[in-house]
Amino acid sequence: MPLVEEVDYGTPAAPHGDTNVTLTIDGTVVTVPTGTSIMRAAMAMGTTIPKLCATDSLNAFGSCRLCLVEIDGRAGTPASCTTPVAANMAVRTQTSRLAQIRKGVMELYISDHPLDCLTCAANGDCELQDMAGAVGLRDVRYGYDGANHLVAAKDESNPYFTFDPAKCIVCSRCVRACEEVQGTYALTIDGRGFASKVAAGMDEAFLASECVSCGACVQACPTATLIEKNVIEIGQPEHSVITTCAYCGVGCTFKAEMRGEDVVRMVPWKDGKANRGHSCVKGRFAWGYATHKERITKPMIRAKVTDPWREVSWQVAIDHAAGEFKRIQAQYGRGSVGGITSSRCTNEETYLVQKLVRAGFGNNNVDTCARVCHSPTGYGLSQTFGTSAGTQDFDSVMDTDVVMVIGANPTDGHPVFASRLKRRLRQGAKLIVVDPRRIDLVRSPHTEATHHLPLRPGTNVAVLTAMAHVIVTEGLVDEAFVRERCDWEAFSDWAAFVAEPRNSPDAVAELSGVPAHDIAAAARLYATGGNGAIYYGLGVTEHSQGTTTVMAIANLAMATGNIGRPGVGVNPLRGQNNVQGACDMGSFPHELTGYRHIGDEVARALFEAAWGCKLEAEPGLRIPNMLDAAVGGTFKGIYIHGEDILQSDPDTRHVSTGLAAMECVVVQDLFLNETANYAHVFLPGSTFLERDGTFTNAERRIQRIRRVTSPRAGLADWEVTMALARALGLEMAYAHPSEIMDEIARLTPTFAGVSYAMLDEAGSVQWPCDAAAPDGTPVMHLERFVRGMGRFLITEYQPTDERSNRRFPLLLTTGRILSQYNVGAQTRRTANVAWHEEDRLEMHPADAEQRGLRTGDWVRLASRAGETSLRATVTDRVAAGVVYTTFHHPMTQANVVTTEYSDWATNCPEYKVTAVQVTPSNGPSEWQVRYEEQAQLSRRILAEAAD
Amino acid sequence: MTVVFVPGDAAAVAVGADEVAAALAVAARARGLDVAIVRNGSRGLFWLEPLVEVETSDGRIGYGPVAVEDIPALLDGGLLDGGGHSLRLGRPEELPFLKRQTRLTFARCGIVDPRSLDDYRAHGGYLGLQRAISLGPAATVDEVTASGLRGRGGAGFPTGIKWKTVAATFVAQKYIVCNADEGDSGTFSDRMIMEGDPFVLIEGMTIAGYAVGATKGYIYVRSEYPHAIAAFADALRTARMAGYLGANVADGGFAFDIELRVGAGAYVCGEETALLDSLEGKRGLVRPKPPLPAHEGLFGLPTVINNVISLASVPIVLAEGAAFYKNFGMGRSRGTMPIQLAGNVRHGGLYEAAFGVTLGELVDDIGGGTATGRPVRAVQVGGPLGAYFPRALFDTPFDYEAFAARDGLIGHGGIVVFDDGVDMARQARFAMEFCAIESCGKCTPCRIGSTRGAEVLDRIMRGENVAANRALLTDLCQTMKFGSLCALGGFTPYPVMSALTHFPEDFAGVALRIAAE
Repeated sequence: MPLVEEVDYGTPAAPHGDTNVTLTIDGTVVTVPTGTSIMRAAMAMGTTIPKLCATDSLNAFGSCRLCLVEIDGRAGTPASCTTPVAANMAVRTQTSRLAQIRKGVMELYISDHPLDCLTCAANGDCELQDMAGAVGLRDVRYGYDGANHLVAAKDESNPYFTFDPAKCIVCSRCVRACEEVQGTYALTIDGRGFASKVAAGMDEAFLASECVSCGACVQACPTATLIEKNVIEIGQPEHSVITTCAYCGVGCTFKAEMRGEDVVRMVPWKDGKANRGHSCVKGRFAWGYATHKERITKPMIRAKVTDPWREVSWQVAIDHAAGEFKRIQAQYGRGSVGGITSSRCTNEETYLVQKLVRAGFGNNNVDTCARVCHSPTGYGLSQTFGTSAGTQDFDSVMDTDVVMVIGANPTDGHPVFASRLKRRLRQGAKLIVVDPRRIDLVRSPHTEATHHLPLRPGTNVAVLTAMAHVIVTEGLVDEAFVRERCDWEAFSDWAAFVAEPRNSPDAVAELSGVPAHDIAAAARLYATGGNGAIYYGLGVTEHSQGTTTVMAIANLAMATGNIGRPGVGVNPLRGQNNVQGACDMGSFPHELTGYRHIGDEVARALFEAAWGCKLEAEPGLRIPNMLDAAVGGTFKGIYIHGEDILQSDPDTRHVSTGLAAMECVVVQDLFLNETANYAHVFLPGSTFLERDGTFTNAERRIQRIRRVTSPRAGLADWEVTMALARALGLEMAYAHPSEIMDEIARLTPTFAGVSYAMLDEAGSVQWPCDAAAPDGTPVMHLERFVRGMGRFLITEYQPTDERSNRRFPLLLTTGRILSQYNVGAQTRRTANVAWHEEDRLEMHPADAEQRGLRTGDWVRLASRAGETSLRATVTDRVAAGVVYTTFHHPMTQANVVTTEYSDWATNCPEYKVTAVQVTPSNGPSEWQVRYEEQAQLSRRILAEAAD
Repeated sequence: MTVVFVPGDAAAVAVGADEVAAALAVAARARGLDVAIVRNGSRGLFWLEPLVEVETSDGRIGYGPVAVEDIPALLDGGLLDGGGHSLRLGRPEELPFLKRQTRLTFARCGIVDPRSLDDYRAHGGYLGLQRAISLGPAATVDEVTASGLRGRGGAGFPTGIKWKTVAATFVAQKYIVCNADEGDSGTFSDRMIMEGDPFVLIEGMTIAGYAVGATKGYIYVRSEYPHAIAAFADALRTARMAGYLGANVADGGFAFDIELRVGAGAYVCGEETALLDSLEGKRGLVRPKPPLPAHEGLFGLPTVINNVISLASVPIVLAEGAAFYKNFGMGRSRGTMPIQLAGNVRHGGLYEAAFGVTLGELVDDIGGGTATGRPVRAVQVGGPLGAYFPRALFDTPFDYEAFAARDGLIGHGGIVVFDDGVDMARQARFAMEFCAIESCGKCTPCRIGSTRGAEVLDRIMRGENVAANRALLTDLCQTMKFGSLCALGGFTPYPVMSALTHFPEDFAGVALRIAAE
């Protein structure tokens, strides 16, 4: 595929409208939507007007003055980017006067620009160069000894791109991208007139400024001023491939710009429907782990986990693993083994892993990491609405009037969506934040939450039910909607329940720590402020009442009629790139693809016929049950695909004990992760750059990933799973992942219309995609709920058993940070460590003072489950009584501290509430030191053995 | 008790009016004289400042310019009764400079106590608002349109049409913004009215708010005007306390209030869209038009943005009627213009006259030629971005169109006079330099062009490739004139090209100039 050159229309498309305008440009009649710029209309007509400061991702600015045109009957030479079309207008884009002005402007530009085109990194990809050619500049009569910026110092502080002010033409595209696209406002123009220059923060180095390194400025820069270091080092790419980011659930589409098999850069694709041409630091830049020296590229086995690893061939490794599983099943029974699918891997691979377990192992012991994140979403929404997924597309936020963010930190966790959300907030939408921490959204440049409810961790249900109390008792229910769309009897029961005085804001104010009037005001705003949309994250689900909270959210949306159209809805912000897909693909022990229960005879028969084997009708073990069974001696072997349960699952000691009790642990991953310390077989994985497949993002959007480079270990993950299945005696013969998708589509009604051919054509599609919705379903529950009538469910608040007391007086909650991703296996192996080299414990100044702690001090963080040490950051971002940390670094082992408590319905662990004590310490705990020693020992690799 | 007027106007203060007032108070007390000193605005006869006036039974008698040392003799000579002294000027309004004027906008300036709302009302203040309320908003807009009043800031856009555009929008919030960022060299009319008759501006803004349905007004004053800021802030408080600003203005059943904002020293913030950005708390960056401020102005909402003099002229338009105002002037330039004479001029000051007076009359006759007594060589009209006119063009009448026809502009009505010692190449360079310093930096022709222009002029003045550099300068001026985003870059070519056109001998290069001398 040649380099994808996206057409730049210069200015954004006109806002949606029904009217058109007909005008004449250079004698040609053209009809365009009302509000279109002359520049864009000229593109539609087929001519390109010279431009430098205009680009279609940004509002017209009108500063470069190259795009001037003449309009009959109007004085002067207006800029075509800022002038909208008008009916019967006659525009001329090429006249001798315009040619003279353009040449004159270009002569000025070049009089303050280095003449090093031939050795410039942007050579061949420079709009200034192109425009100099377009206007026919032949001479710079000013000479080059006048005032200039040619000696301005280069800023190379950012690990991924450089800023060379000598090459800057001060078009402000970077500044505007930072404002309009990203919404961070880190860049500005400093000074005035000739001294005007781009400055980061308070004229600091980029890395020291508020810059979040999203790359929007680099993308917007028309010259080599802001350019990827990779382009400087490698050169311009020669071909590109459209693919999907493998980090979070936003699912940004990128162009992988390549030079042979080397990725030069990842550039967000304008036509990507999830990201609309934007990106964050992870997807844009943090893919260097793919070539990191710690990548394992050879299969390895060992007899005992205390042995060093032995490199072997694929054949040996696969046969060994299959042999072990067969031996264990023969010895301990069919149910003694299981598998874990990965939300980081493709739909096709996930499907294969669960197929391997169900058809190859012959049991249903398959689970996925969604267990520990969004399983309550699946259950809660299926019980209320009938579908285990969010109701909207991301575009929907642009129609929202009131956004309620609960237990999510989008600017860190889902940054590209956060940028769109902030754009909508800047347009005037209102924001309610329900979160124990003062997350960035609460107050950031030009956006501010109307209400922030900083509730105590663990009181979500109480607060949301109190909001419902206000809505019901103050008559704010959308009764017409409820009567038409919902089960009225269930509603009546629910309404009576929430109206009870014990559910009033006054009643829950003390236990939640949120003033009653704030709860009431937020409820009123959500119910009456127009289109209300709820976005939530793991702060909702990872609680003992996670499912109840999801139901409470669904209740609020139904009661206020905020379901079934653009701008409203219930939107889980899914963590992993393919957590939605992993759930869709039958990764849970009780469900086949498309959320059909394994006990469903009809569904099971379909699979049995397709796979040619009998399937167990009873659900298998969930991850925690597998570990319990392992400790109990009945579960002995596991195939873990692309997941690091030791670092990510709660109560690390319990996980390690379970793993240590198994006889065959097979880990398939890119790196020797923490779980691999307990593994007997290591199967090297492939990155998203090395294979074909699909991911399904948080908006149910199925998107292609495309292989841009060969698998480093020789096989793509799906090929490895296929080989393992065959070694187990299960016949699998897919020549390409598209064939796996074809099988999924045959067996899954909601995927019936999906195929690679269809995806290549449409770019992406949101399921359900079937005969009734051949183009997919952006917004669900339009006319009716999937389950028929929406069902209100009683949400009785039950305090978690995990409570603070005298020994453990603080509540720990956990979260993520922008530059790192989950367990950090990937991002820690990129230059992103420049922003976050360790996990820190955030603590309120009052709590810190009581303990004599200052920012930077080592502290001991202890719960009844365990203890660890890390350094503290004192900040009022957390309330007194609450502490917070991230879990990106294995050394921190935040999950040593978290407990075994979990959601009542789905076993989703209660990561978000742990009673802890914090005391000063001298450094890493003994446990951490021991762990590190053991990990080092476990990672020894012997030189390749002769097979 | 005798009332003595000692101007508090910054121009008078600059030449010792504060000291004169203080000395007079001390001397009067020492002599047991019952004197009330009023710090009035200036009459605009700057060569006579401090111009002290005494209220007598024969009207006000002026003395000037008064120095502190003159006070004993003045008192000895019977100052308080209008007694004789070498500085005695008689009745100021009989002085030719004042007598020949048509004072409409400045009718009260220099006469009333600027701090007294009663004085303002006693001199016809608030009659305009009263009539506006009786007419209703739509008819008020029509009245302003019919008067032919055009923007006095320089662009000359019909004020009524601007108002009508804003009045026709249907939004909850609209704004009136008064542009008091009077940065043109040689101009001071905005300052004088704010210091000498601030209530007329408040009344004008209030009428504008009433007419277009705006409840909030902002006045953006340059920080270099501390006296005007203080005087206007004081007037705002007084008007608010008297109910002329607030929830129910003058019991007229509408709300209007004004907030005073001070600039931060950027000339370009006098450009209306940059001013709006600055008011919003941003860098003062010029915005593209469309959208017009009338559609999307301050905070993106419909906004009337008018110059001080435009707004201060509204009360008289309303009070006396559109026909009265329109009766003055010529062609499409109706009413009067407060012309400001400055630079090397004998009689500098403010001269309000109906449009149509010629440049020659203004400079030679009214201004009395140069202060140095040497021949007038050039005048720059319309601020630092206005064209230089040679004597040959002194028959040009003061009129928007007539000046435009001669590649000039009347701008904000400032005239700066130069004698024959002026080096027009240096003046041309100054124009580029000024633009380079004051450019907002947004558009390329202005941002880079102004710096290059100064460099090219340096080369011309050094005699380097003069013909080629003159051609380059001409090309650059074309690029700046047609390519710039706003008038700063777009009008900088006026002084440069007019100097080059009318005074080519100054651009002959140093070698030739030395030879010529």
